[in-house]
Amino acid sequence: MTGLLAISGLTVSLPPGADRPFALDDVSIDLRSGEIHCLIGESGSGKSMIANAILALLPENVRVTAGDIRFEDRSLLTLGEQDMRKIRGARIGMIFQEPMTALNPLRTIGDQIGEMFWTHTDLDSATIRTRVLSLLSDVQIAHPREIERAYPHELSGGQRQRAMIAMALALEPAILVADEPTTALDVTTQAQILALIRDLQARKGTSVLFITHDFGVVAEIADRVTVLQHGRVVEHGATDQLLNHPSQPYTKALIAAVPSYLPPPSSAADGEPILTISHVSKTYRPFGLLRRSRRTTQALKDVSVSLTKGTTLGIVGESGSGKSTLARCIVRLIDPDRGVIRLGDAELTSMSRRDLRAQSRHIQMVFQDPYGSLNPRRTAGELVTQGLILHGMPGPQARIEAKEMFGVVGLDPQAMDRYPHEFSGGQRQRIGLARALALRPDVLVADEPVSALDVSVQAQILRLLANLRKTFGLSMIFITHDLRVAAQICDRVAVMKDGEIVEHGATAKVFASPRHDYTRLLLRSIPGQRWVPPAAGSYLAATAG
Amino acid sequence: MQTLTRFLGNPVALIGLCLLVLVAAMALSAASLFPNNPLDLAGRPLQWPLSNPRFWLGTDVQGRDIAAVMFYGARVSLLIGVVATLIAMTIGILIGALAGYYGGIADEMLMRLTEAFQTLPNFLLLLVLVAVFGSDIKTVTIAIGLVSWPASARLTRAEFLSLRNREFVEACRTIGMRDMQIIFREILPNAMPPVIVYASVVMAVAILLESALAFLNLSDPNVPSWGNLIGGGRAVLRTQWYVSAIPGVAILMTVLAVSLIGQGLNDALNPRLKRR
Amino acid sequence: MRFLLFAIRRLAASVPTLLIVLAGLFMLLQFAPGDTVDALVAQMGGGDSAMMEQLRKYYGLDATATVQLVRYLTRLVQLDLGFSAIYGKPVIDVILERLPATLLLMASSLSFAFAGGLVLGVLAARRVNQWPDGVISTIGAIFYATPAFWLGLMGIIIFAVNLRLLPAGGLEEIGAGHTGLRRAVDIVWHLALPTATLGLIFLATYLRIMRASMLEVMTLDFVRTARAKGLAKATVLRRHVLRNALLPMVTLVGLQAGTMLGGSVVVESVFALPGLGRLAYEAVVQRDLNTLLGIVFVSALLVICVNFLVDILYARLDPRIAN
Repeated sequence: MTGLLAISGLTVSLPPGADRPFALDDVSIDLRSGEIHCLIGESGSGKSMIANAILALLPENVRVTAGDIRFEDRSLLTLGEQDMRKIRGARIGMIFQEPMTALNPLRTIGDQIGEMFWTHTDLDSATIRTRVLSLLSDVQIAHPREIERAYPHELSGGQRQRAMIAMALALEPAILVADEPTTALDVTTQAQILALIRDLQARKGTSVLFITHDFGVVAEIADRVTVLQHGRVVEHGATDQLLNHPSQPYTKALIAAVPSYLPPPSSAADGEPILTISHVSKTYRPFGLLRRSRRTTQALKDVSVSLTKGTTLGIVGESGSGKSTLARCIVRLIDPDRGVIRLGDAELTSMSRRDLRAQSRHIQMVFQDPYGSLNPRRTAGELVTQGLILHGMPGPQARIEAKEMFGVVGLDPQAMDRYPHEFSGGQRQRIGLARALALRPDVLVADEPVSALDVSVQAQILRLLANLRKTFGLSMIFITHDLRVAAQICDRVAVMKDGEIVEHGATAKVFASPRHDYTRLLLRSIPGQRWVPPAAGSYLAATAG
Repeated sequence: MQTLTRFLGNPVALIGLCLLVLVAAMALSAASLFPNNPLDLAGRPLQWPLSNPRFWLGTDVQGRDIAAVMFYGARVSLLIGVVATLIAMTIGILIGALAGYYGGIADEMLMRLTEAFQTLPNFLLLLVLVAVFGSDIKTVTIAIGLVSWPASARLTRAEFLSLRNREFVEACRTIGMRDMQIIFREILPNAMPPVIVYASVVMAVAILLESALAFLNLSDPNVPSWGNLIGGGRAVLRTQWYVSAIPGVAILMTVLAVSLIGQGLNDALNPRLKRR
Repeated sequence: MRFLLFAIRRLAASVPTLLIVLAGLFMLLQFAPGDTVDALVAQMGGGDSAMMEQLRKYYGLDATATVQLVRYLTRLVQLDLGFSAIYGKPVIDVILERLPATLLLMASSLSFAFAGGLVLGVLAARRVNQWPDGVISTIGAIFYATPAFWLGLMGIIIFAVNLRLLPAGGLEEIGAGHTGLRRAVDIVWHLALPTATLGLIFLATYLRIMRASMLEVMTLDFVRTARAKGLAKATVLRRHVLRNALLPMVTLVGLQAGTMLGGSVVVESVFALPGLGRLAYEAVVQRDLNTLLGIVFVSALLVICVNFLVDILYARLDPRIAN
């Protein structure tokens, strides 16, 4: 049965020298009228390539070598550039992942939305302006008149994405292709945008092809789903069916890797506090002799929290909440303006640089970006031995230690002489862990260590972290924006907003009965929370590795 | 080394390399091909090229063998180019690294200093330095280096500003590395590629500056120089124009070689942009 | 209004720079082996030490360095650049006489280089890696490597001597007494070769930057958005790529202002133009350090002015800056 947009047997080949010959291999997807169809896959699955192929915007050297895309009884692949242009924007609209870079920074929002009308219609400027304003109200942007005159950098991430949606739906296209539109947004903003898309879709009857990597989003809005892996369709079907009764092993593995947001019962959380943070404040003042005092940002306002020995404390917040600043204050990458941070008996905040350097072996950090956190010009082994050698260990012994660490974190010790670019994202995070743990710290601060990883790799690294914590008797501070991840691994959790801790307590308790409005909002915004991944725990245990 | 393969596979870079090898060959063979002092009177003045088999590039206004001055001049140009570039890059990298890494007051002060140097037209400042300190070849070389450092400082600073906030630098600080080690052994190797490419630009400019100075007869008169030849030929421009024309081609070739090599280096180090 | 405040702030930021420049120049003066009096005396053909003492007192050269520096700075603020022993006039007068020719040369060369670089850069980027790009980039590379003075001389040989199309030097026909429009045309005629010479060298740089900038902008996300909206490639180039790609070019004008001024020294010497550049050369040769430093000071002021204008222009083009 063919629907509104029928992709059949699509094969897209990559130029020689790429890591595989095909970006897409014999892909068939059926988009029906009036439905939201999610395309889910990890990085490298080719999902973005489909969006580009539909609108004939493939990069140079990448070509369709087989298959067809049919829309409104025409094959899109055979259309010339002029005909394709009539379809782009007018019949098929598209929104992208990064709203900041997807809009021209030098033109106003109104100008860019209006461009849709100038390109495809004959309307005069006054009519266009009215239309633009009504579009902006449609997407529920506050103060549409001001936004119409504003430039992209003056808007927030959520506002920009709303503007992009307004732009894509300006000419009431039959299909909206959304390429990971909420991935770069905060959880609360994401919830709003998802609701907006669902609402607009219901009102205007647009079909939506929604590309994502998050099963929560699928559970939240999709009518039907197609799962992609390495450019091939693994499985497809109605959402309920696929989510609760997946038939293919890959789909099962992906679903199993989604962290359930029901926290496990907490372990004994009474004990000595090993790290105490009292009344820490930090304000950013941009430096400059003749600069107008720009908005001084108060990153941390009187933050107090403590970490019990042998437990994991999660610090949860969205962007701008101050969680990263707090992490960096703890390891003294940043100096707080006020407040005291104590590690055991030592008062970190009053130490000199030299004493801090000596103290650094007791508290270490793991970073978020697997690509930016390793010096590309040092071998993996060097990265791990550096810290040991700095603290006085002789070279050969450091290498032996490093080899051992590699084994502990699940890396092949032979790989020590390879460079970071030869490892995958998950492997690089393991190297980062090895580097941090080589010094045998008492406290490990993990700053969003799995946020940049694919879901399946996330699960592995989280399991690794849990094991390492037990093996080394670590106390851990785990920073994240993802409540589901926090639920998996944290005994206690502290919720941050605008530089303050609004609520903290045992994870199970905070999730079950949140006291602060913001916590409630956060919990409500988790996409797909009504769906419980089937038999998550047992499947995890069965596929350990 | 992928970079090397990319570099050698680039026709632009290869042309530059060939030209540079040619000029270097001229410089190295100067003493053996022309054993006498090139600045000495060698024959009748103003003979046309190829008119006398002894002087296949002719003679200039003072009767010097143009070919001899050309070959010895290659030595001077390359030497001054390399030394002045080294001076400029060393100062520039040092200032840029410190300003970019430490930020704050150090950055403000160092940037004011850099701006001050950049506000003055570099050739004018060169003239002032030569007027005050003299035209000796060593002085001229150092002066050219002193005039050329600001741009590489700016570039290095920009690289350090962006690298300083990368997580691998933060990781170095958390394991307890000292600042100097971070700057020179961790960040600098990553900042080098665009800086090295820029060195080719600095060298090209240095050679042009020296030849302009020599053209105006403000450089060391005891050193054979292409610019000097061109300047000397001005008087006979209408008739024996070859005296001015030939050395200019040599300057063009050398500067072109250096800048093509720089371009090749840039393309080899940034393959992403080359594809487009 | 916002621009004005921004511009004033930028201007105020250049004051410390200027002070450093002046202090530096003054210190250089102290290093000079001979001073104004020595030059004067040499011109006069010799003099005894008593007279030189007197002259030194007259010129205030006997005070301590700090006192001299303060006096020097106060005088500079009033635009009193001292006295030129060689020309027998206040330096400021000499400079003002020569300023128009240089400004004329600068303005025309800059316009030529910018416009030419822009057009050719866009052309090369549109047909990247095809033959128009190859040709344009090669010509650009060659002109970039050409010494300005040599290009001027070759231009004289070809156009003035052999083809007799253009004059070989000077700003205008001396003694011809042209006025008004005829004079303007005459000056344009005389400036054609110098402008072409200086302009072609800098055109090569602008060309390279414009091409690179265009290529860079074309890879940015919002270009993809524009195409997904159904705009034609040419429209995308015009409405989205061009203005964004212009930004680095505008910055370049400010950065190259000083270099262009330096280039005018040789070009004015080659074409015998009565400008600041040639004045600087003469000052070096005649050891008139007062004039030389005056020229450097005025040049620094010029560069600061150009950068000021560039900053304003940039702020108008890029709404992200003025905030």
